[in-house]
Order: sequence, then C-alpha cells, then structure tokens
Amino acid sequence: MKYSIMVNEGPYTHQASDTALHFCKAALDAGYEIFRVFFYHDGVNNGTRYTVPPQDDRNIQKEWSKLAEAHEIDLVICIAAAQRRGIMDADEAKRQGLDGDNIAPGFRISGLGQLIEGGIIADRQLVFGD
Amino acid sequence: MSTLHTVNKSPFERDSLSSCIRLAAKGHSILLIEDGALGAMAGTDHSDMVAGVMKDVSVYVLGPDLAARGMSEDRIIDGIQVVDYSGFVELTAKHDTCQSWL
Amino acid sequence: MATKKFMFINRKAPYGTVYALESLEVVLIGAAFEQDVSLAFIGDGVYQIAKGQSTDGIGMKNFSPTYKALGDYEITKLYVEKESLEARGLTLDDLMPLVWEDEDDDYAEKPSIRLVSSAELAEVFDDQDVVLSF
Repeated sequence: MKYSIMVNEGPYTHQASDTALHFCKAALDAGYEIFRVFFYHDGVNNGTRYTVPPQDDRNIQKEWSKLAEAHEIDLVICIAAAQRRGIMDADEAKRQGLDGDNIAPGFRISGLGQLIEGGIIADRQLVFGD
Repeated sequence: MSTLHTVNKSPFERDSLSSCIRLAAKGHSILLIEDGALGAMAGTDHSDMVAGVMKDVSVYVLGPDLAARGMSEDRIIDGIQVVDYSGFVELTAKHDTCQSWL
Repeated sequence: MATKKFMFINRKAPYGTVYALESLEVVLIGAAFEQDVSLAFIGDGVYQIAKGQSTDGIGMKNFSPTYKALGDYEITKLYVEKESLEARGLTLDDLMPLVWEDEDDDYAEKPSIRLVSSAELAEVFDDQDVVLSF
C-alpha cells in the first residue's frame, strides 16, 4: 500500500501536522510506503528549520526531518504557498534577492504538480488540515 | 467503491460532521479524529444524528484523541469502535478512498 | 501517466481564509496533468461561485473570474449541493453563469454548474479515485 499525504496547516496552531506524523509512523510500522508528503497552505511552515519550541514540547519540524531521513520520504513544500509565507531554499532566496534561506533538512520546494502526481501514483491520498 | 471519511472538527464548532453524514453512502465508514472525536460522545445535542447514521455507516473514533480531551470510552455512543493510529491506517487500507471533512 | 478521477471539495467561503484561492490553483494543475477533474461546492463553499463579488473594499484580489476560465481547461463538472444552496437562501441565479464550449457540438455553450441533491452528490463522490478537501 502506497500513500500520498497532504498537510494543509502549520505546526502548533492546528493538530493536523501531528496527526499526519502519527499516521505516517503507523503506516510505516505496518510495512506500508509513504510515497510523498506535500505541504500546502500554512502547512509550508512545517518546513522551516528556524522553529525553536520550548524544550518540553515536541519539535514537529525535526520529527518530519527525522522521518524523512530514516525512511527516504519525499517531503515537498509547495513553491507558490512557500513564497507567500517566506519559506525559502538557497536557490530561491538568491533568486528573490533575500539574505538567507530557512528550509529544513529533508524538505524540498517544488510545484503543485507534485501533489497531483502523488495522487496519481499512490494507492491512497489523505488530507490533514483545518 | 467504499470510502473512509475522516472528520476532525467538533460538531459544536462546524458543520463538518453533519455534512459528512449527509453525503456518506451506505457501506462507507466514518472515523472521528482530533476535535472530531467529540462527536462520538453519548448524551450530546448531536448524539442522535450520529446514532442515526450507524445503521448504514460504521463509525470509529481515534482513542488517543478521545483520551487527550479527557473523555472516557465508557461515555461514547454504543456501537462506535475505538481505534488507535495503526487502526486508522488499517481503515484507510481497507477502503478504496479517503475523504477528509475539515 | 494514468488518468484518475480527482474531486476537489470546497466547503469554505472565499476571502475569510485562503483555502478557496489555493484550491483553485490545484484544480488548474490537475487539469494540466490531464486528469478527470470535478469540483464540489458544499456548505459555505457555494459562496465561492457567487455572482457579483467585489473585493475593492478589502484590498484583496478578486479571483472569482478564474472560475469562468475553468471551461477553457476542460473542467466542466462543477457540482453544487442543492441543500447547501437552499439553506443559504440562494438559487442558481445567485451564482456566476459558468459555461464550457462543447467542440463536438459546434462549440455550443453548455452550463458547467450541475445542481444536485445530497443523494446524487453522494453517488458522484462514491465514484472518485482521489478526493482533495479544502
């Protein structure tokens, strides 16, 4: 079973990203594949490495990065949504004349086509949002 | 085809659950997650609506979300099944598609 | 690449949140990938295609003209739930006249909006491969 996941909300304000993480871990434990996680709307805010929650709280961004590294999951941030909200990789920051990037390890920025492609390739598409 | 509907909003806050119930077909399943778990409680203004759909649709609730909100499994509507995250995954695998009611 | 039936479910009014606008952006990409795309407008989602939207006073871009262009992208199935429309005191006349040109019928203009009951819409949903909710 191959899954494509869409996360539509940022960390901390909504539970969506937490639920998506728990779901992905449980799916991997069951031996299923997470083909791609696509971050859209405020969901792009899951992918900034400048997230510094208090020490007694979970670090959602790091959880995603860790999961991606351990299981080679493709974490894709929508470029149009990211540009609106200030999430940049090095190339994009340079292109926009900005003084730095903030994308977290394991995430990459790409287009909405990746979401549609995920829906086509995966057996199941799930949406976590508000 | 069979569909797993997920509802993540309290029925007191939004019309997600009532819309889902209106548009779910016979043989589908509904899983209540996040604040949506509150829709599983017995004795609320919305319990009859949920109990009413259960002759055609199986209803599940995500246990960790119920527990987080201090709601005991003893107080949910009769016939609603409690699942954990691995149960959530199995439900998605068992149905052909997933539809989120946000 | 395979063709799947994609359903985009819209349940929120425009402008108060970004969901309507960013949903529309995905819909256009779905069409570019030559997928079988449908849209459903349920609940407050019906306000997304209301006639006469004017956003000058709130300083936001009026994106409602984009719905009129959907026909050009061969997106011709816009389902509106009758019960949602009626609950809001609206009729089809309150919605934008969205049409598409049927090239197999001498480019006759045909309505894209399909007013359906909850039961009919449930059947349409039952036939989809991928459902994206906004």
